[in-house]
Amino acid sequence: MKIAVCIKQVPTREWQPRLTDDKTWIREHDVSYEMNEPDAYALEEALRLREKHGGEVVVCSAGPARVQQVIREALARGADRALHVEDDRLAAADASVTADALAAAMAEERFDLVLTGLQSDDLGQAQVGVVLAEKLAIPHSTIIMDVQADPASGSVRVKRELEGGWFQWIAMPLPALLTIQSGINQLRYATLKGIMAAKKKEIRKVAMPDARPMQQVIGLALPTRAKETRQITGSAGEAAKELVRVLREEARVL
Amino acid sequence: MILVIAEQRDGKLNRASWEAIAAAQALAGELPVKAAIIGGSVAALAAELASAGVAEVLTVEDPALASYTPDAHTIALRAVVESASPTFVLMPHTYQTRDCAPMLAARMGRALITDVTALSGTGKDAAFTRPMFQGKLAAQVKPLGEPPFFITVQIGAFRADAVRKGGNAPVTPVTVSIDAAAVRQKAEPPFQEAKQAVDLGQAERIVAVGRGIKSQEHIAIAEKLAAALGAELAASRPICDNGWLPMERQIGSSGQTVAPKLYLALGISGAIQHLVGMKGSRTIVAINKDAEAPIFEVADYGIVGDLFEIVPALIAELEKN
Repeated sequence: MKIAVCIKQVPTREWQPRLTDDKTWIREHDVSYEMNEPDAYALEEALRLREKHGGEVVVCSAGPARVQQVIREALARGADRALHVEDDRLAAADASVTADALAAAMAEERFDLVLTGLQSDDLGQAQVGVVLAEKLAIPHSTIIMDVQADPASGSVRVKRELEGGWFQWIAMPLPALLTIQSGINQLRYATLKGIMAAKKKEIRKVAMPDARPMQQVIGLALPTRAKETRQITGSAGEAAKELVRVLREEARVL
Repeated sequence: MILVIAEQRDGKLNRASWEAIAAAQALAGELPVKAAIIGGSVAALAAELASAGVAEVLTVEDPALASYTPDAHTIALRAVVESASPTFVLMPHTYQTRDCAPMLAARMGRALITDVTALSGTGKDAAFTRPMFQGKLAAQVKPLGEPPFFITVQIGAFRADAVRKGGNAPVTPVTVSIDAAAVRQKAEPPFQEAKQAVDLGQAERIVAVGRGIKSQEHIAIAEKLAAALGAELAASRPICDNGWLPMERQIGSSGQTVAPKLYLALGISGAIQHLVGMKGSRTIVAINKDAEAPIFEVADYGIVGDLFEIVPALIAELEKN
């Protein structure tokens, strides 16, 4: 099977946001980046499917030059080659622009299966996968916890997560696009051998197509608090004592 | 006009649909609000929606819609939206909406803003607030291009009981033909993995652990604290993904929704998927090393610090009496 995995580079979890002067975007030069976690699960699933059915795994990423970091990491974990739509405008692109960029790079490749994470840890729109499927004119299913591919019959059966602990199996013909839920598998990490091998793997640059943004961020701010949090300070012992007191005497929950 | 697409499961409207109607009424200003419901048979649901203070209820009934598939739903919803020509289309941000709304908006070449928690302005001047960067920031976003603009409304962001009821709106069927060959997915009936042995919904107190617990061996101190508090132990999704606690102890959109008397969050940053499962708790305590963590937005009491120092001190304090 020829499998594509879409990977986004996002700020690390430890990153503390700083805004640009006009407060419409983050100050990117302050940011350290990592692979979007749900995409890492999608990559792992693609590698497992290749181990089972043969074929190749192609990393697809749309972003500025810096995203080579996560492309190399994916290649080090075992992907075979990569497509990189490189353009600075993709750093803050909305789902529609990102999907247009990926679709342009992927259309000719005619992948049997396209995997993405279910959403990104930065914009969190949960749209790119589904919009990409529509642009590639292939069926999709989202929030997937199990993939049973049958390349011989050209079909795939997937376990889709519903809310509150419910699931559902969905079958569809290949080619198809699936958005993968975190926790579907146990991640592997790159070996030294993998890191060395990745240096020789192909990353094909693809030009950014014309793409029209569908939304505009007019302001970013720290979220407003639903509640006034009473911060309890002091040493661990003092804070523990005070917390137990307020839970007993004020909140009356102990 | 604003169109709300209501959602049903097993012949019942979900609460999130009423929340979306409340959001539509807040957004409407002078614009009328209409509702739509589609499915295998929707007469009873349409009658229920007709009492929601809306101008009209649009319906599509088709055997192809009896069980959800994104293809059939998108075909039917597109026909409904095109017949109504709304300025905004509001949908609840459920897993089903996440599956079909991006396809619907992309097919129509229109903007979709997801996971909206608040509105400012009404009608065409409206801007929409949504979380970004794992809830560390709130973004104000405007849709671009031509209407209709598609908006999905975060679960719990608007109050279902705020819906202005009244009147008995006319119910208008929309005619759609759904070509079976255009529906590529085949759906099997929903199921639950295993009978949930733990009903966290009944617990009076819950101690929940997140990534801050760092490794499986540290779960033991959270367990000890739970025992000292007479609490059930629960977790955010990454802990269950790692297999450190069973999936049935997961709180959040993909796990259980709880509202105990006391919810003590240990090392949980408070991603929105977690908050929707616990923010209704009566008293929320957060212990986290990051003072900016979104969990503090919903916490009544907070301790910023190292949980590996604070938790043993808490256990000692509780065991004193």
